[in-house]
Amino acid sequence: MNKIMEAIFSASFLYSVVRISTPLMFGAMGALICKQGGVLHIAFEACMLFAAFFGVAASAFTQSVLLGVLAGMLGGILIMLLLGYFTLKLNADVVLTGIALNTLASGGTVFLMYLLCGEKGTSNLLPSLVCPSVNIPIIQDIPVLGQVLSGHNILTYVAFVLPIFVYLLIFKTPLGLRIRTVGENANAAASVGINVTKTKFITLVIGGAVTSLGGIFMSMGYLSWFARDMVAGRGFMAIAAQNLGNASVLPTFITAAAFGLANALAVTLQTMSLPAEIFQALPYAVTLIGLACYSSSVHKAKKHPAKKASKEEKI
Amino acid sequence: MKHTKTQKIRTPKEIEQIFNILRVFIAIAIALLFAFVVILLVSEDPVSAISSFVFGPFTTVRRFGEIISKMIPLLFTGAAVCFIFSANQTNMAVEGGFTVGALGATIVAVYLHISNSILHIGLACLLGGVFGMLACLVPAFMYIRFNSKPIVSSLMVNYVCMYIAVGLINHGMRDNTAGYNASKTFDESAQLPILLKGTPIHFGLILGVIVIVFSYYYIYKSKNGYEIRVVGKNSGFATYCGMPVNSVILKSQLIGGFIAGIGGAVEVLGMYTRFQYAGNTGLGFDGIMVGIMSGYNPRLVPLAAFFYAYVKEGAAILARSSDIPVELVSIIQAIIIMLVVAERFLYKQKHKMMVKAAEMQLAAQENEAKEAEAV
Repeated sequence: MNKIMEAIFSASFLYSVVRISTPLMFGAMGALICKQGGVLHIAFEACMLFAAFFGVAASAFTQSVLLGVLAGMLGGILIMLLLGYFTLKLNADVVLTGIALNTLASGGTVFLMYLLCGEKGTSNLLPSLVCPSVNIPIIQDIPVLGQVLSGHNILTYVAFVLPIFVYLLIFKTPLGLRIRTVGENANAAASVGINVTKTKFITLVIGGAVTSLGGIFMSMGYLSWFARDMVAGRGFMAIAAQNLGNASVLPTFITAAAFGLANALAVTLQTMSLPAEIFQALPYAVTLIGLACYSSSVHKAKKHPAKKASKEEKI
Repeated sequence: MKHTKTQKIRTPKEIEQIFNILRVFIAIAIALLFAFVVILLVSEDPVSAISSFVFGPFTTVRRFGEIISKMIPLLFTGAAVCFIFSANQTNMAVEGGFTVGALGATIVAVYLHISNSILHIGLACLLGGVFGMLACLVPAFMYIRFNSKPIVSSLMVNYVCMYIAVGLINHGMRDNTAGYNASKTFDESAQLPILLKGTPIHFGLILGVIVIVFSYYYIYKSKNGYEIRVVGKNSGFATYCGMPVNSVILKSQLIGGFIAGIGGAVEVLGMYTRFQYAGNTGLGFDGIMVGIMSGYNPRLVPLAAFFYAYVKEGAAILARSSDIPVELVSIIQAIIIMLVVAERFLYKQKHKMMVKAAEMQLAAQENEAKEAEAV
């Protein structure tokens, strides 16, 4: 028990919380943008997986981190555009299309990886690059704080600054207003001359770009290779974090960090001599409990007739 | 009278049905075409690769048996999906239910020593079914009690189920003499007998057919099944009619989970001699695909399951004989789902056909009126 406490109350544990929260943060912010624009879906998993793979592949072939990141983002956006085309243009069910895209990403990345390097498990053979780590000048010299906050991957810093930009974009710009209007009531938005389909596509592209950074972090920061199904449900946790945060920036940020904490706990406790599976299941169980608590509070609030939401949502 | 042999004019509903079927077939064609193009681009010997993909599964009895044995779990998960999705619930816990169903069967098959084979298998399936039911109960309960949508919750349940099953097998139930992570071997009396020698076709096929027949009669011929479908189509209308919406939803999820659990039980007892999954099998998600292709009608599930098993076996043969990985199946699967659920796919053609039918009807009515005048 003492050993567990020691492991948890240490600077290196907090460091790992920050590190592990990163992909969840990106995913949750992407989900938040999509939710605000009324295009919430479940293909974030696919988006991150594609981004992770294309990032690795492009960085290996061009030997440029920047091009790798850009290719990863394009891969993620591609998934979003496919989703947009099928759900917005062809009127397909958003959930079932999401399932299909997740299957496509899970199998497609392994398929492409096998063609590129002849391996099905990991892309170890590809000489891929990683995004650089950064030491923050003054903070790194402060005893504990420096150990926790400094020396992270550059994408981690992006992830923790990102919520501010998302807030500004969604709540302080004309584009953000359009996105929120379409998300709130598409018919009303159309009646004042907003191109609903176009706005939804823009929302998907922005959300996809943000989410794919999470995937890129997985394969070019968290690990330095691509592994099959490496996103492992983080895309779904991102949706749950956004749900729990009620699509506002600060609560979503906090929930994503809390999920990161649960994940980090799982990773740390796995090294103890206890059955690892219990702790591996922990983040998912925490998400389940969180969802139940959140929905029950909303459910109670909605019993009040004045607060009753008029629209029925699928996710 | 020259108008006696008037051409049969199709009603809009019939046209809708025709296009629903047509969409599935065209989706399959496009997906296979895509697969061929990929093979053409990737393979060094595309002709033999495509022929081994298309005809390979039918060349030997053994391979045909493989198709049937791959189809058996899909019958169960497909039927489970019919129940769950007919109630318009996107509860994907079928996947986790399948895994814990296999776990439940393993517990009975390893630790209960019953010499009567029927009783032993029956108990194993029962516990598997109950475990599967519990897996599907969680999202259903959360939806009914807390109104949290089953999509995210059921996906989380899948991961939890997987870690429960794998964790229990690796710690506590592990057979240390096996050399890998697996349970102890099942008792002889709990293993499902092989139906056809030289093939892996086991007794589960008969159980699967029974489940399919039961599902069809339950969903399409019984009062309870009608309630499930009405709730799925329009829950507001169902409430207005006085149907107990929540309990109907719960019922559909529980039956679906039970069937998925039995599916897991049958699969491990029929195909393996011990529990040796290292994670979720993906057969639940395959069941969702089978369900979508069959339009949630259990009658069409065997057809869809057979087709999907055939594609899987073809891809497996292809992977053995060439340099194309099995994951090609996932891509085919994704394309089929997306095109089948895309309502507007082939919309123009459907619209044209409807307009034509309407014009023909108008013309026929005019003719009738003229004839009436002439008389």
